[in-house]
Amino acid sequence: MKILIVGGGMGGTILANNLARRLSTELRSGKARITMLSASDRHMYQPGLLYLAVGRMTPDELYRDQRSLLEPGIEFHVDPAEEFRLDKNEVRTQGGTVHGYDVMVVATGSRPMPQEIPGLAENSEMFYTEESALKMFRSLQQFQGGRVVIAMGVPHKCPMAPLEIAFMLHDYFRNRGILDKTKIHYTYPIGRVHSLENVAKWAAPEFDRLGISYETFFNVKEVDGTTKIVKSEEGTETNYDMLITIPAHRGMEVIEKNGMGARGWIPTHRNKLNMEGRDNVFVIGDTTNIPISKAGSTAHFEAEALGENIAAMLKMGMPVREYDGKVFCFIETGNDRATYASFNYLNPPEPKAPTRAIHWFKLAYNKLYWASARGLL
Amino acid sequence: MSNRKIVDARGSFCPGPLMELIAAIKAAQIGDELEVLSSDKASANDIPEWIRKVKHEHLGTTEENGVWHVVVKKAK
Repeated sequence: MKILIVGGGMGGTILANNLARRLSTELRSGKARITMLSASDRHMYQPGLLYLAVGRMTPDELYRDQRSLLEPGIEFHVDPAEEFRLDKNEVRTQGGTVHGYDVMVVATGSRPMPQEIPGLAENSEMFYTEESALKMFRSLQQFQGGRVVIAMGVPHKCPMAPLEIAFMLHDYFRNRGILDKTKIHYTYPIGRVHSLENVAKWAAPEFDRLGISYETFFNVKEVDGTTKIVKSEEGTETNYDMLITIPAHRGMEVIEKNGMGARGWIPTHRNKLNMEGRDNVFVIGDTTNIPISKAGSTAHFEAEALGENIAAMLKMGMPVREYDGKVFCFIETGNDRATYASFNYLNPPEPKAPTRAIHWFKLAYNKLYWASARGLL
Repeated sequence: MSNRKIVDARGSFCPGPLMELIAAIKAAQIGDELEVLSSDKASANDIPEWIRKVKHEHLGTTEENGVWHVVVKKAK
């Protein structure tokens, strides 16, 4: 069985390692072959960008050599996919190589699109790339007080990022001694402060307690950098001295160019994880159009379910389990405390009171992630 | 006579249906009617609440076989 994994991010890497362990005998005998295509020879721990933006991590902590994370026996090529020939079961890469497959998994991820809103990219700070997170930290260091507005679009990667950056900025300004000169104003596109209702019910009183103001039903229409005003689709506007955005995301351009899904999201079965209309093409991570959180843990749990299924398909001729929508997200709440949201398709999250223990566990996970990527945790 | 456009957001959960309505209403003309189809019950509350804030006209909400139909008229 030729297994082709397109994408070397969290989902693709966990899946490849999971499969390599389950199929170690088959890989040695030549009965199975695992090939991974990626755009980079480096693997980034993307949740670390939030910490980089407030000076709590450094860039070198975010990266490992991708090959060092992969089990022996996985063929790895830094040569991203360019053309998906689904009817022929093959993929042509940017370098011109054609890879055939029996089973393909697409895990190409997503990208922030601040440029889709007039004025947003030029006048805001964000933390979704190393470059932008470092720029945001430099701007924060120069900030001497004023009105900080947090504005976002959906869907975006990391559902807790809007809340976490609000809480972490509160900490940052307090630690710098400029909290009394700073006002944090949080905006959100729907009628509460978070899309998950129980998370919103928990977070709004926290904002009230910390003096973080908020406006809901605020969908960014445009940003005027001259007057420093953000205008909403709803007809309201708010002024800012520093604008921080969590921009709406799209799937990768290669998915759109190949006509595999509008805005780069591939229509995917929510339990079986196959691309709609295809039995041998699977999709995990941000790339799916499944209406759940675009989070690393989503990719992680999808990869585990799919790894078990692909191995079983080779060994037994059929899959053995369904993905149940499991997601687990830490929520940094500031003041060295954190909580978490754990949920699936049927059971909503019920965030508990934040504790120091969960915060320290999150910091430990920032290191343990590399064991996760290797498929060990 | 106004046009009525169907915004089929079935299978999408909050905030998907509302986001699809916002995108569709930007592209619509004043006076156009849009009918959002949503399989997420939360849409029956969220979308009318958004319509009130933005001051479009909520023409009604009905439920049929687990699908909520929320009809809105673009007022401005």
